[in-house]
Amino acid sequence: MEDSAGRQIVSHSEPGPGDGGITGSWRVLRPVINLDVCIPARQKKEACFICWLYCPDVAITRSVPPVIDYTYCKGCGICARECPAKAISMVEESAFTKGEPHAPD
Amino acid sequence: MHTKTNILNLPTDEFLHKGTRACAGCCLAIAYRIGLKALGENTILVVPPSCLTVLQGLYPIASTNVPCLNVTFASTAPAASGILAALRAQKKEGIQVAAWAGDGGTSDIGLQSLSGACERQDDFIFFCYDNEGYMNTGVQRSGTTPKGTLTANTPILGKMEEKKDLPAIMSAHGLSYMATASAAYPLDLYDKIMHAKRFSGVKYIHIHTPCPPGWGFDPSLGVHVGRLAVESGFFDLYEIENFQFRFTGASKKILEKRHLVPVQDYLGLQGRFKGMDPEAISQVQQRIDSKWERYFSISDRE
Amino acid sequence: MHRIESGNTAAAMGVRLSRAQVIAAYPITPQTPLTEKLAEYIEAGDMQAEYIPVESEHSAMAVCIAAASAGARAFTATSANGLLYMHEQIHWAAGARLPVVMCVVNRGVGAPWTVWNDHQDSMSQRDTGWIQIYVNDHQQIIDTVIKAFCLAEETSIPVMVCYDGYLLSHTYMPFDMPDQDKADRFLKPFEPEYALDPKMPANLNTVTLPETRMNIHGIESPGYMEFRARLQEDFMGAIDSVARIETQFSRIFGRFCDPYVEKYRMEDADTVAVSIGSLSYQFRDVVDALRAGGSKVGCMGVRLYRPFPSRAVAEALGAARKVAVFEKALSYGYQGPLHTDILGALYASKDRPAVYGHILGLGGRKIRTPDLVDAMKKVLAKPVGSQVRDEPMEWIGLKL
Repeated sequence: MEDSAGRQIVSHSEPGPGDGGITGSWRVLRPVINLDVCIPARQKKEACFICWLYCPDVAITRSVPPVIDYTYCKGCGICARECPAKAISMVEESAFTKGEPHAPD
Repeated sequence: MHTKTNILNLPTDEFLHKGTRACAGCCLAIAYRIGLKALGENTILVVPPSCLTVLQGLYPIASTNVPCLNVTFASTAPAASGILAALRAQKKEGIQVAAWAGDGGTSDIGLQSLSGACERQDDFIFFCYDNEGYMNTGVQRSGTTPKGTLTANTPILGKMEEKKDLPAIMSAHGLSYMATASAAYPLDLYDKIMHAKRFSGVKYIHIHTPCPPGWGFDPSLGVHVGRLAVESGFFDLYEIENFQFRFTGASKKILEKRHLVPVQDYLGLQGRFKGMDPEAISQVQQRIDSKWERYFSISDRE
Repeated sequence: MHRIESGNTAAAMGVRLSRAQVIAAYPITPQTPLTEKLAEYIEAGDMQAEYIPVESEHSAMAVCIAAASAGARAFTATSANGLLYMHEQIHWAAGARLPVVMCVVNRGVGAPWTVWNDHQDSMSQRDTGWIQIYVNDHQQIIDTVIKAFCLAEETSIPVMVCYDGYLLSHTYMPFDMPDQDKADRFLKPFEPEYALDPKMPANLNTVTLPETRMNIHGIESPGYMEFRARLQEDFMGAIDSVARIETQFSRIFGRFCDPYVEKYRMEDADTVAVSIGSLSYQFRDVVDALRAGGSKVGCMGVRLYRPFPSRAVAEALGAARKVAVFEKALSYGYQGPLHTDILGALYASKDRPAVYGHILGLGGRKIRTPDLVDAMKKVLAKPVGSQVRDEPMEWIGLKL
C-alpha cells in the first residue's frame, strides 16, 4: 500500500521465488537421478513421481524424466530416500562446483 | 466416503515458490505445499508467528501465490473470523479462509481464541502443523511435545509431562469435521482437506510434521520418521465426521492387521529422545499398547 | 433529530450512522450498553453489519484488524483492563495502517480492581500510534465517532474516541442525532487501497528486516524503520486532517467544534485550568465562580491528544502566567502525561507560564467543584515566577 508520494506504507510482500536466496548454495550433497533406473524415464511415460510429491522445495518437475532445479534444491535427500527404484544418489556437491552454484543450462 | 487421490491425479498447479527459508527436509513444507494444492487459488491464509511465518517469506518477497495475513500469536482463529465477516459484509463469495498455526499457536497461546471460533461456528479450516515444539524460536517445549523429549528448555531431564492430546480437545467442540494427518502421507492429507471443504463451521486438521533440526535426525529421513510415528501407533490418522470416528490409511491398517511397529524404532531415530532409558521407552510402549487395545476392543464390538 | 440518550447509546448511534460493517466486542463495564445497543440494531435489522461475539478483547481487535485488512469498516469498544488485554493488537493495528475505530469508555485499571472512571487506560496507550480524541459531552460522542471513521480512512491510522465511563457513558443528555443521508454525504463507503484478494496475492505484515531489501522487481524496499517513520510522518500530518474534517463536518451538519482544544473564558485569562473529558466542562463552573470573585481565570479541555497539537496548545496558553493541569492519569515515577506534554509544548515559548500539576479522580474518586475552586485559589495565590524545579504535584480529594 502506498501513500500519495508513491511510497510503501505497509509491509506488503509480492509473490516470487528465492526469498531464501539461491538455496541451492545450502547443499552439501546433491541428488542425481539415474535415468536408467528412474521409473518414468525407463517407461517413457507419466509414472511414479514420488520425488516430485515429496520435495519440500518444489525443486523437482513432474515430467518424463523428472528434472531437479539445482538453483533451489537444498540437498535434503528426501527424494533419494523415498525413491522406490533407488534411482537417486546423493553425491558430494564439491564434485560439481567450485564456487556458488549456478542455474542449470 | 470420499475420493482417494493418487499421485498421478494430484493437481499439478503449485502455490508455493522455490527457494523458501524452510530448513532442508522440512516436513511442514511438504504438508503446506500439498495443503495449498487442496485449498486452491481462491483462498486467504492466516499465519501467526511460527516456522510458517518464515517459510511464507520475509518482506518484500512472499513465497505463496495466495494472499496471507500475518497476525499476532494468539489471534489466528479470530483473524480468520474477521476476514470471513469482512467478505460476508462485502458480499464477496467463493473465497475460503484457511488458518495455519503451529502446535504452540494452536494448543498453547492460541487455544482460547480457537475455542471461541469453534463455538461461533465460523466457516474456515484451521490447520495445526504439529512439529511438537516451538521450533521457530529454537526448539523449546510446547504442550504437544511428547514426554521425555530433550528440548532447549528441557535439556537434561526431558519434558516431564505427556503430549497434550489436542485433537481430542478439538473433538469436544462438536465440529462437523476434523481429522489428523501426517506430512508422511500427503495424499491422505490432500483427500481430508478436499473432504473438509464440504462442511460448515470450523474444520480442524492436525498434521504431524517431523522436524529434522528440532527432532534430531538427518534431513533425508523426515518422511520415514513420519511413517514410523503412525506405524508404531504413536500418532494416529483418523477423521471425525459428524461425530462418526474412523481411522484412515496406515492407522486403519493397524486396526485391520493388529500389528504395531515397536515404538523404539521410531524413538531411536531421533536425537531428541536420547535421554530416555529403556524404562521410559517401555512406558511409552505400554501407553501405546493400551490405547490400541482400547481401539481394538471397540472395533471388535462394532 | 433531537434525542435524550446515554453516552453509550450516542456512541452506538454514531457507529450505526457510520455504517460500520464488522463489529467485534467483548463485554466490560462500563462499555457494555454500547455494544448491546449495536447488537440490538443489528438483530432488529436497523443496521447491516456482522457482529462477532468474541471470547476476549485481544480477539476483538484481531477480528477488527483482519476485517479491515479484508476491506471492511471495523469497530470495537472497550474499557480499562479490556483495553490493556488488547495492547499488542493496538500496536499492530497502527503499524499495519488499518483504519479501525474504537471507543474507549474510560475506566481505571487494576490492580486493585476498579470499575469507575479515570483516564489511565487510554493514557497508557498514547505511544501506540493510534489517534486519540477525548470528548466532553454526548453531542461530541456521536459526532466524533462519525468523524473518526473519516479521519481513520483518510490517514490510514486507527482512531480511539475516548469518553468518561459512567460520567458520560451512563448519564443522559440531549443531543442532535444526525440524519442518515447527511452521514452518508459526509462519510463515503470504505474503499481501501488494498484488501486481501486471491486475485492480487500479497503477504501482509510479515517479518520486515532492519535494512532495506530488493523486491521481486529489483526495487529497493523499506526496512522496518522506514515504515515506522512513515507512520510518524502521516501521524503529524493528521493534525491538519483533523481540522479539515472538522470543517467538512460543519458544512454538512452545521456544527463546529475546535478539534484541538475547547476554550472557555480564556481571552484575558492569566490563570488557566487544563483538563481532559467531562472534567473540562465541570471546570466551567469553577471558572464562573472565580470570575465572579474577580479572578481572571479560564479553562481549556484538550480534545485531540495524539497527535499532540502542541502548537494549538502553546498558542492557547501563550498569554497565561499560570497553567494548572488536572489529570485523571499518571505516568508513575514522573508526572501526569498531559502535564509533561504541556511542558514540552511550552518549552520553546519565550515567556513560559508556570505549570502546576494536579492528580484527581483516580478509580472514580468524586471530584467536587468546591475542591477544584480551592485548588485554583491555591494556584492563584502563588506569586508569579515562584515555581520551583520538581514542584510536587497536588493530589485532590485524597482522604487518608
